[in-house]
Amino acid sequence: MSERRLADLLAMWRIRAFEEKVRDLRTGDPAGGPIVGSVHLCVGQEAIPVGACDVLEPEDALFATYRGHGWALARGVPAEPLFAELMGRASGVNGGRGGSAYFTAAEYGFHGENSIVGAGAPIACGAALAGRHDGSNRVAVSVFGDGAMNQGAVHEAMNFAAAFSLPVVFVCENNRYSELTPIADMVRSPRLADRAAAYGMPGHRIDGNDAEAVRFHVRDALEVAREGGGPTLLECMTERLVGHYIGDAETYRQPGELERIRRREPIARLRAGLLADGVPEREIDAVERRARTEMDAAAEAARQAPLADPATAMEHLYA
Amino acid sequence: MPEMTYGEAVNAALHRLMEELPETLVYGEDVGVPGGVFGVTRGLRKQYGERAFDTPISESAILGSAVGAAMFGRRPIVEIMWADFSLVALDQIVNQAANVRYVSGGRLTAPLTIRTQQGNAPGACAQHSQCLEALFLHVPGLRVCMPSTPQDAYDLLVTAVHCDDPVLVIENRTLYFGRKEPVETGGPVRPMGGARTRREGSDVTIVTWGAMTQRVLEAAGALAGDGIEAEVLETPWLNPFDTGAVVASVARTGRLAVVHEANVTGGFGAEVVARVAGAGVPLLAPPIRIGTPDVRMPAAPVLAQSLVPDAARITGDVRGLVKG
Repeated sequence: MSERRLADLLAMWRIRAFEEKVRDLRTGDPAGGPIVGSVHLCVGQEAIPVGACDVLEPEDALFATYRGHGWALARGVPAEPLFAELMGRASGVNGGRGGSAYFTAAEYGFHGENSIVGAGAPIACGAALAGRHDGSNRVAVSVFGDGAMNQGAVHEAMNFAAAFSLPVVFVCENNRYSELTPIADMVRSPRLADRAAAYGMPGHRIDGNDAEAVRFHVRDALEVAREGGGPTLLECMTERLVGHYIGDAETYRQPGELERIRRREPIARLRAGLLADGVPEREIDAVERRARTEMDAAAEAARQAPLADPATAMEHLYA
Repeated sequence: MPEMTYGEAVNAALHRLMEELPETLVYGEDVGVPGGVFGVTRGLRKQYGERAFDTPISESAILGSAVGAAMFGRRPIVEIMWADFSLVALDQIVNQAANVRYVSGGRLTAPLTIRTQQGNAPGACAQHSQCLEALFLHVPGLRVCMPSTPQDAYDLLVTAVHCDDPVLVIENRTLYFGRKEPVETGGPVRPMGGARTRREGSDVTIVTWGAMTQRVLEAAGALAGDGIEAEVLETPWLNPFDTGAVVASVARTGRLAVVHEANVTGGFGAEVVARVAGAGVPLLAPPIRIGTPDVRMPAAPVLAQSLVPDAARITGDVRGLVKG
């Protein structure tokens, strides 16, 4: 049991170490670079991709949003081409065409981030629909934030998936903020999972800061979907420890809010649990060191790689 | 060769595509059991079952699911009942479909075909009349065509669906139930692009597409009565656009008029004029664009007809271009 939890811890630390490295590379160099532009980190939300990706099959489809670095890593995309993508390198996972908000690595079962918060949901329905005709047992997982629940495409997708009993799992990462605005101020009924009932599908609000809880519910939803039971909505409650984007002044935070969040964030929680179970502290700390070492090396390798070649900028527009 | 109306030709193409490409799906609002509001998808549900189906009134879900299904090996042919309705879900066309191949460096593709129809018809309101091709032609990554004859309605759709890029096929409902013409079906898949010389002439080149083609030909007939020989070049493919054919024709005639139903400002006619000018073709007179004026579209037929170019207006404007 503690072995799986240590594996979860490593998977979460890999994401956090990646994100913290990205933050340093985005803000560290006053001259700009090696990472420039808009970047959205998922620090604090790592348990959701870690729990969910653990139970996905290779044939399953996964669509995330711009806060999707963690999903790419949890799905198995190596860190180096992700760093390289952020640095505009030819070796980037999209050759520098995607950037932070559009990682795409279909060969790893990661079908892309998206800058349009709700756009992935209808696309996931299509991946599920294709599965109905190609004889695969594919389930499509659509990940988005609480804010996207108020975008029309998500409504259309949920009804479309439910009406046709498509194998889709809608994973809403509710970090309580719709960008810079509390989601509670933007809805009359703050329990987003309750909306599932209106579409005639199961909906559960779950602890998104517990990889094991996420694993349990996603596995269930995948099973229902594979057996023809249609879509499920999982509202995973979480909190981000960082701003909406790098540079967000976070003026919307309440006094003491970040301190409270830090006490219940997934890595701190799992660490406390492992200690309580008698796992030696040095073994737990070694996990963090291992993750940071990997990410430092991956970032450095990416930095050494050549930039994308401007001569290729017109390629791959048409067949 | 079987004789078909434009609408029947679209239907024949859909049947052929469902037959020869097992990865095709046909869906949209009322296209399955009802067979489409214009009857264009008739018989597909009966013959191909689950591969042809009705959807909720959810343009984002229709287009977005087509993107996703296409990424996973299907070749969806989806219908947006009126081009005006595509505006509800422009994100899925512009931000999603058009980006898939480019951003993934060709590792993912989105070979979907969007069928829609546009333009004014008597009594159509402001949200059922717009000609939006220029909007889509501004989107790199998206192929666009506008057939006006039964043969092109058949051929262009076959080509579009065989193409591995997202293609927008813009039909026209005033053409669906027009004259029956012989249509060669079952021929080889034709390459994308190319222009059609619908009439040869030496005094002026008139470039046009869509439902205007018929009116331009009518105008060309009237102009011939005045001793003006107009060359009518229809360009049913707008992306890719056959600039070479247009430039070659204008080089012969020395005069250019572009006629489209869409309103003039920012219309694709401006692009055609710019390309001809850029090619350095010597002109005997400044080129003209004939289109709907920049105004919303009124419902009353008498009002709408005063705005959309007709044969008389085209004749008069081109006569002015040639006679000065």
